[in-house]
Amino acid sequence: MLEQLPVLSLLIWLPLLSGVLVLLGPGDKMLAWSQRFALLISLIVLVLCVWLFVEFDRTTAAFQFSEQARWIPSLNIEYKLGADGISLPLVMLTSLINLLVLFGATTSIRFRQTQFVAAVLLLTGAMNGVFLAQDSILFYVFWEAMLIPMFLMIGIWGGPNRIYATLKFFLYTFFGSIFMLVALIYMGRDAGSFAIDAMRQMPLSATEQSWIFWAFLIAFAVKIPMVPVHTWLPDAHVEAPTGGSVILAAIMLKMGGYGFLRFSLPITPDAAASFADILIILSLIAIVYIGFVALAQKDMKKLIAYSSIAHMGFVTLGSFIVLQLLNPDAQSMAMQGAMVQMISHGLISGALFFCIGVLYDRLHTRQISDFGGVVNSMPVFATLLMLFILANAGLPGTSGFVGEFFVIISSFQADWRIALFAALTLVLGAAYSLWFYKRVIFGKPANENIARLDDVNGREKTILIVLAIFIVTLGVYPQLLISVMQPSIEQLLDFAGNSKLGGG
Amino acid sequence: MTIQAQLLLAVLAPLVGAIVAGLLGKKLGKVLTHRITIAGVFISFVIAVNWFFSFLWGDATAVDVTVYEWASFGGLTIQIGFLLDSLTAIMMLVVTFISLMVHIYSIGYMHDDDGYQRFFSYISLFTFSMLMLVMSNNFLQLFFGWEAVGVMSYLLIGFWYQKETAIFANMKAFLVNRVGDFGFILGIGGIFLLFGTLDYAPVFKTMGLAEELVSLGDQQPTNALALVGLDQTFAVWGGLEWSAMSFICICLFIGAMGKSAQVPLHVWLPDSMEGPTPISALIHAATMVTAGVFMVARMSPLFEFSETALAMITVIGAITALFMGLVAIVQNDIKRIIAYSTLSQLGYMVVALGVSAYSAAIFHLFTHAFFKALLFLGAGSVIVALHHEQDIRKMGGLYKKLPITYWCTLIGTLALIGTPFFSGFYSKDTIISAVSSAQGGFSSFAYFAVLTGVLVTAVYSVRLLLVVFHGKTNVEPQLYEELQESPKVISWPLIALAVPSLVAGFIFTKPLLFTTFFDDSIRVLEQHNVLAVVEQHYDSAINFALHGMMNPVFIMLLTGITIAIIVYGWAPRFITMWAIFLKPVKRLLEHKYFFDELNQKVFARGGHWLGQVLWRYGDKAVIDEGIIDGSAQTLKHIALKVRKLQTGYLFHYALFMLVGLVAFLAWLIFRG
Repeated sequence: MLEQLPVLSLLIWLPLLSGVLVLLGPGDKMLAWSQRFALLISLIVLVLCVWLFVEFDRTTAAFQFSEQARWIPSLNIEYKLGADGISLPLVMLTSLINLLVLFGATTSIRFRQTQFVAAVLLLTGAMNGVFLAQDSILFYVFWEAMLIPMFLMIGIWGGPNRIYATLKFFLYTFFGSIFMLVALIYMGRDAGSFAIDAMRQMPLSATEQSWIFWAFLIAFAVKIPMVPVHTWLPDAHVEAPTGGSVILAAIMLKMGGYGFLRFSLPITPDAAASFADILIILSLIAIVYIGFVALAQKDMKKLIAYSSIAHMGFVTLGSFIVLQLLNPDAQSMAMQGAMVQMISHGLISGALFFCIGVLYDRLHTRQISDFGGVVNSMPVFATLLMLFILANAGLPGTSGFVGEFFVIISSFQADWRIALFAALTLVLGAAYSLWFYKRVIFGKPANENIARLDDVNGREKTILIVLAIFIVTLGVYPQLLISVMQPSIEQLLDFAGNSKLGGG
Repeated sequence: MTIQAQLLLAVLAPLVGAIVAGLLGKKLGKVLTHRITIAGVFISFVIAVNWFFSFLWGDATAVDVTVYEWASFGGLTIQIGFLLDSLTAIMMLVVTFISLMVHIYSIGYMHDDDGYQRFFSYISLFTFSMLMLVMSNNFLQLFFGWEAVGVMSYLLIGFWYQKETAIFANMKAFLVNRVGDFGFILGIGGIFLLFGTLDYAPVFKTMGLAEELVSLGDQQPTNALALVGLDQTFAVWGGLEWSAMSFICICLFIGAMGKSAQVPLHVWLPDSMEGPTPISALIHAATMVTAGVFMVARMSPLFEFSETALAMITVIGAITALFMGLVAIVQNDIKRIIAYSTLSQLGYMVVALGVSAYSAAIFHLFTHAFFKALLFLGAGSVIVALHHEQDIRKMGGLYKKLPITYWCTLIGTLALIGTPFFSGFYSKDTIISAVSSAQGGFSSFAYFAVLTGVLVTAVYSVRLLLVVFHGKTNVEPQLYEELQESPKVISWPLIALAVPSLVAGFIFTKPLLFTTFFDDSIRVLEQHNVLAVVEQHYDSAINFALHGMMNPVFIMLLTGITIAIIVYGWAPRFITMWAIFLKPVKRLLEHKYFFDELNQKVFARGGHWLGQVLWRYGDKAVIDEGIIDGSAQTLKHIALKVRKLQTGYLFHYALFMLVGLVAFLAWLIFRG
């Protein structure tokens, strides 16, 4: 039955249109109905994703479930969608996380709830669009469109300093994406098509590739974010409401990584190879430098935000180390590592921000020093947070281990010193994660309020347990994910390894 | 039942027990919880006993089974699976037996604790993790088990999470272990580079080829490595190159140093005594801390080809064996004394590894597990009887009140110090003889260290025994009157451990060390085979013990006992004399060579300080205030000149940029 439906379009337009509907609807007067409606839509989206996952052909790298329609014929811009092994896991992650955010938001958002629900639905659609678009202009439209609900989310439901954070976020990301647009238009004109695949096939000189590579790099580096363009992230997180932080960390950061894999590596392989050194060094700085910075944080959200930057360092390291590897197994391992790290970080950071939200809803503070001894009054919460913290520190058996392990082991083949710096995360990641846990959770109750805290309620528990199940499943059996991604990753490695310069 | 099913059952039974106890513990109540977890461990124990004796009697051969493919891409498959050979079998036996005893003992020891069910869930989960570690057939699973036992240790040290010292100690333990794991993961990276796989089998096969080349002709090990294509080097700096094999072995050994608490990564083990005593016996004496020793023995085919790594292992082990033993003499906390003793004994095992006497190391691991677990559980019995008093200066004269505990502790002590006929004698004397005939780097220093260590061991062990059980009591009179022997669930495990502490050496020395028992797992090059020399002098367990009474080791032992009896038994005023003469030494020992101060001040505080500096000056000052706000300011200046546009809101600049962009794009699109 589902075969006849344009499933990918549904993944995008169902939440987008529902979001508009909720926005125009009766508002907070019929809040409960809006929320139920939104949850239902998100659930349908997730079910569609599961169907995709089941039906997905794991033997081919070709785009599946593709859709194509004319959009702006005069400029050869098409409405073109498709899913491959790289986009499918990210779409699934988006749909899952947004469903959980909607589910959790009913308690933590206290005013203009309907609009929040609408914003989440709009975000879901736009983000799915980013991962599914196979035409670069369509991609760009979703890429920018997604930002609007995110700005609003921080700007309306954010903390006291939200305007500064929103502007910083806006300027950074906008500054990044204009360069990408210029690069896309340049290539689109030359290739006569804005299809991403056409850009991948078109010949580009070394100079052209360098310019395009840097234009992409600025856009994606801000998004993921890489050092030194990362400082918007901690500010945005601190001000964002819980749901916003979760979406930001779990999904929005992945768009940078996705961009590297979908655009930078296949379209400008020679430039990527010649600048790989810089990217690798920046990734190592992210892992080590940010690891130390995270250690010094006093605000829980900032700490996890910095930890996110360090973890995304493994995504960029894994993506670019492949250009310096010769052994195809090691190349696959590094790229798999980068992808698994993205999905895993989405789950773990999402869970951690949910957990901080749970504490914030109860005590209205995020300062680590205001906490202590939470385990005494919230044992279930403490147990779940322990799992997430250990996953964040890369414990084997959780998804957090797989990506880091793959990237460290494979980068050893390029140069053992790269692996040495990357492996420092074993110590640094454990240090900031466990020290955070010790100060917040262990010990005697720090004050009366903490002694009286209620443990997680059914709703919160459900969210955290769902994430925990995914984190452990992927840690124990990552092949579930790897088998979906492998053909596409092999193809991508093929693209990245093929020089466009011809003859040389 | 197929072998695979048996092995799976052995691993999963404790896991299921742990999950049931963890999730349903409160509903099941205390009795059902401990019954379920004990049943799980008992199943594993039965399977382990069966396999151990099959290997001992030569009925079994090594098997390698795959359980499932964890990840597979390209030409690479990373699996979860089991390698069952003699080394696995003996480790399984040690782990499940000690775990079973500790489970039973904990019924009594943790009886009144609110976290009773949580405790049983943790120790069963630990047993699962440890079995995964020792039964692994590949490096990934080894690393999984390695980290998982570390986490369980972390959770159990911090079991009483309200205690500030406990939650400091558990974090310290985890972080120090992570420093070791940092080396370990690099070693695994090296393995993957050299061998292109993470499975043991192909690695051992290649190394077996190299070994054959060495034994067939008169090839040097380095030439043999070159012939099998493993003579790569890693560039270090400039022209400096390291042999890949040595690099890998040293990295792996750094991992072992963390887990097996070798200097300078030993600092976490004494602090780990903050946890409940049963876990000190299980994790921090008998099993987890010996994982490093096990791992090096497992990797003996690799270590045999690196003289550098072996020399490093020898010297580190020797330092730990001697100097940690010395610290034990000045400690006053009963558990910490035993903890330092554990460090010292681990040093003995590591020295044995360093001189290629891997099977002697494993044998000492085997006997040590019994008598050290016995000593810890005996100490726990004393602690419970005295209502959680751990300072030995507040004990004394307990032998009348706690007879079973006393006799068991006495057996444990005699085994520990290496009294002939006791289990510890056989394993320790084998190690010392092996070291005495070793040729590798630092082996003469190691011989000095392990020999002097015998004296030191005797001093602190006999001191403990005398101060706690003999002499005048320092227990409050009323409490002393009320003292009574611990309940059966506590004393029975003590007796069950006392038996092997007494006889394990006598029975197992020949079958384990001087037959072909370990031939399927441990590889030793002909020129390193120091145990062959020991074997020449071995005819029977009785003669070995009688012979042992005529060598320098025995003189050291007697000297140590005599010193301890004089100083702590007959003439306590010697202590004061000691203190005056050896004040600086005592200070050094009491501060444990200042390792804690160094770590705390330099690494912990330094790391935090560095983080703050980088954050303040890197992220905030340079990037945010310098570049970002700076650009905003520049933009403002430009806008100031274009007066009309100056409104003071960043948002308007953004809008301005947007308009400019649209114009630029329009030009790009329409100019053609």
